[in-house]
Amino acid sequence: VSAGRAARAFRVIGTRVPKLDAVEKVTGAVQYLPDLEVPGMAWGKILRTPVPHARIRRIDTRRAEALPGVLAVVTGRTVEQRPFGYARDHLALKPDVVRCIRDEVAAVAAETEAVAAEACRLIEVDYEELPAVFDPVAALRPGAPRIHAEFPGNLVNFSYRFSAGDVDGAFREADVVAEGTYTLNYVTTACLGTMAAIAAWDPRGNLTMWSTTQIPFLYQRDLAEALGISGDRVRVLQPPVGGNFGRGLDLYPIDIIAALLSRHAARPVKIVFDREEEFLASPTREPCVFTLRTAARADGTLLARDARVVIDNGAYVSWGSTTPYVMMTTLAGFYRCPNVRFDSAIVYTNNVYSGSMRGYGNLESTFAVEAQMDELAGRLGLDRLEIRRRNANRPGDVTPQGLRITTCALAECFDAVARDVARPLDRPARPGWRRGVGYAGMFHVGGGARVYRSDGCGAIVKLDDFGKVTLITGASEIGQGSETVLAMIVAEELGIPFGRVDVVNSDTAVKPWDVGVHASRTTFIAGNAALLAARDVRRQLLELAARELEEPPEALDVEDGHVFVGAAPARRVAYEKVVRAGHFREGGRILIGQAFYDPPTQMLDKDFRGNVSVTYGFAAQAALVEVEEATGKVEVLRVASAHDVGRALNPIGCEGQIEGGIHMGLGYCLSEELRLQDGRVLNPGFLDYKLLTAPDMPEILITLIETVDEAGPFGAKGLGEAGTIPISAAVANAVADATGVRVTELPMTPERVYRAIAAARSAGGGSTTRAVPPARATDPPTSEANPCD
Amino acid sequence: VSAPDRYPLELRVNGRPVRRAVPGSRTLLELLREDLRLTGTNLACDTGDCGACTVLVDGRPVTACLVLALDADGAEVTTVEGLAARWQAQSGAPPPTLHPVQQGFLDEGGAQCGFCTAGMVVAAAALLEANPAPSDAEIRAGLEGNLCRCTGYVKIVGAVQAAASRMRQARGPGR
Repeated sequence: VSAGRAARAFRVIGTRVPKLDAVEKVTGAVQYLPDLEVPGMAWGKILRTPVPHARIRRIDTRRAEALPGVLAVVTGRTVEQRPFGYARDHLALKPDVVRCIRDEVAAVAAETEAVAAEACRLIEVDYEELPAVFDPVAALRPGAPRIHAEFPGNLVNFSYRFSAGDVDGAFREADVVAEGTYTLNYVTTACLGTMAAIAAWDPRGNLTMWSTTQIPFLYQRDLAEALGISGDRVRVLQPPVGGNFGRGLDLYPIDIIAALLSRHAARPVKIVFDREEEFLASPTREPCVFTLRTAARADGTLLARDARVVIDNGAYVSWGSTTPYVMMTTLAGFYRCPNVRFDSAIVYTNNVYSGSMRGYGNLESTFAVEAQMDELAGRLGLDRLEIRRRNANRPGDVTPQGLRITTCALAECFDAVARDVARPLDRPARPGWRRGVGYAGMFHVGGGARVYRSDGCGAIVKLDDFGKVTLITGASEIGQGSETVLAMIVAEELGIPFGRVDVVNSDTAVKPWDVGVHASRTTFIAGNAALLAARDVRRQLLELAARELEEPPEALDVEDGHVFVGAAPARRVAYEKVVRAGHFREGGRILIGQAFYDPPTQMLDKDFRGNVSVTYGFAAQAALVEVEEATGKVEVLRVASAHDVGRALNPIGCEGQIEGGIHMGLGYCLSEELRLQDGRVLNPGFLDYKLLTAPDMPEILITLIETVDEAGPFGAKGLGEAGTIPISAAVANAVADATGVRVTELPMTPERVYRAIAAARSAGGGSTTRAVPPARATDPPTSEANPCD
Repeated sequence: VSAPDRYPLELRVNGRPVRRAVPGSRTLLELLREDLRLTGTNLACDTGDCGACTVLVDGRPVTACLVLALDADGAEVTTVEGLAARWQAQSGAPPPTLHPVQQGFLDEGGAQCGFCTAGMVVAAAALLEANPAPSDAEIRAGLEGNLCRCTGYVKIVGAVQAAASRMRQARGPGR
């Protein structure tokens, strides 16, 4: 959608606008889902299995039912429910078999949360334990315990296989080949606000859900299906949510169980996960083992990549199983690489199951790709930035999958981070610590992502008789600032002060359809919808004002809440006056604009070819680290992060997304790991699952590069995930630069780094951990301007 | 002899007197959120690890999930809802002036999802009462017990610095 306003300077776009909901948040007035009380509300609690794989012999709920204050007890044997989830491969309450430690066996509704919890303790369940398997490689072996009867080899029946060009031929011709296997960890979104739901049925059989979902309309359909009712019976309300980051991209048992409890208790029922439950039973990022080979010519030109990923899917299919979709896009598209082969195995195990998490699939593949860019540079004696610039994507490129690169400032992003990371550091070198710098880049969908048949979003813009504008958008606010940037777009297009735009975005009974918050799509897709709807109402406004000003609509323009005559700006009329004239005149009209924006893109076909996004976002990051040789501790001192954002509509929001993304990516890289042993989560709390704290965070230097993409709203591209994606690769490359040792398993805990250093040392700098020659030994020092030197 | 179900409790919350009879096991956070319906303070871990429920007890920041309500007997408790009034009393600023920390978080983008914000602004207000001119490193160290999943803490540090300079200005030279 073209901006069409290039001639005039922006008044709202590009300014630093605080979030619309910030006042509520800083004063504590905000009402998150756990804060809400619905009249007559009861509390729900879920009983989970203590064993990861078992047949349920018997469930006895009599003692729970007899407890005063208990309103309803439900089990998989007492309720009607239908399979749900991405592959419809499980039921919310498990009637016969439990397959992972989070599995829901029974649930209670009671007058208070404490009574509900006590009643759960009184439910007796007899389990016949079954052999279990927790390692995907073991699960693929013949004779491994079978997790789903219908999948004898424990393979999820999704095939993500892609090939382009002559991969074997390219490897034969290559001057150098990098090889590696990368083991990537279980992490979880660890939102500060846990998953929660309130379900309330009315006497006519309509269900109202207050939910932490980020896909309200798909959720409406999926929840109805799981409950065996029609979608029109379900209304979804989305109160402010304490983070999501992909957690709410699927339907999960909490929502179905809340609805079942409410139906059986004939009362509204609220379920709020406690922290331990959040760590057990909210979706994780998928752990995976990534094997990659990269072939290049002596000048560094990439020839081919050959990759295989094995994903631990856990017990059921949610979005984690679909991450190869994104992984292959990076493998086949990030940096120019003509010959590509990608294969995957997605394996059922008795572990907790994975969903989507910010940047999904792309962190994993970028980690492998960028490790090998450094390895190739080292082997070829090339500058690490030079090999990246040489292979960088450029405008006009078409990737082997058919992704069409339009605007692309990848090379400029590398220039910016090389400059910023080399700024003087006012911190002396410490004895026993070695400094290093690492680089990594990324590309990601930036103009929506057609992962469903629709990638659309609707918007309605209403002008009222006080001159106030209401944007009713399908897009969901999950803390990322979408409502603020959408209001800015409307204010800019309508020529109205930002403070006069309100946003309604949290009720499926009111807002138009949207496919959901994912793939960094909201600013681009919902932004285009809002822009088109604003343009629609602007046209109507000018038509109506034409009568007031006695000039044709083409002669009119808008600014600061007034319609004015272009040739005589003093002749003007306020919006509210125009709108009132519409309301109070015979043959009157209301001023409502609307639009549905669904981008001109394609789903990947059966061969995984198609242009899934209108445009793509690019970024580069550089990390400056210190590694303590005696302990293996890695400290990140500085991160430079440069992003091709198309246009920075709200720079404060852009920076916030990047800074938060770096925090999440650094946690993945350095400290976060959901530790499972025999399917049990060993660290279900913030004391042992280590989010980085304020003192842990490095200095962050951000550059926003504006390529003004003609397809984006005022030129913007998606950004929400970009900060998360390359950082773990950049840090791993910096650690290799500092120590000469490449760590191929995340998180890079001191123990893991120490062992890698020690192993390399005992092998005489040898190959047990696949040591990479220190980059400084080979890189021309002038071009990298390494501040460690 | 069985212990009584409830014990008398008197304290002041955000400047107002509160008199209740509470079970011995009731936490200060439960008292605030459930009995007094002051839901601005959030429950995020219930184990004192995240700082989301930070409130001031007699001016000192505590995680309300780890404090028994009865241990606050006789105390003056300030929650996020009372922070603006606390500043107005300290500075003479008229209502509805926000606490400079709140204004800083608002202006600088210190809140994204906002779930940590209540605890974060209360902790930062206490930090600035103790140290009116902190370095960035001192702010980071002072907020170490408050987890944020959205911001990477960058805008939070900026918000606290903005607040510090606003508070120094409000208090005038020599302070």
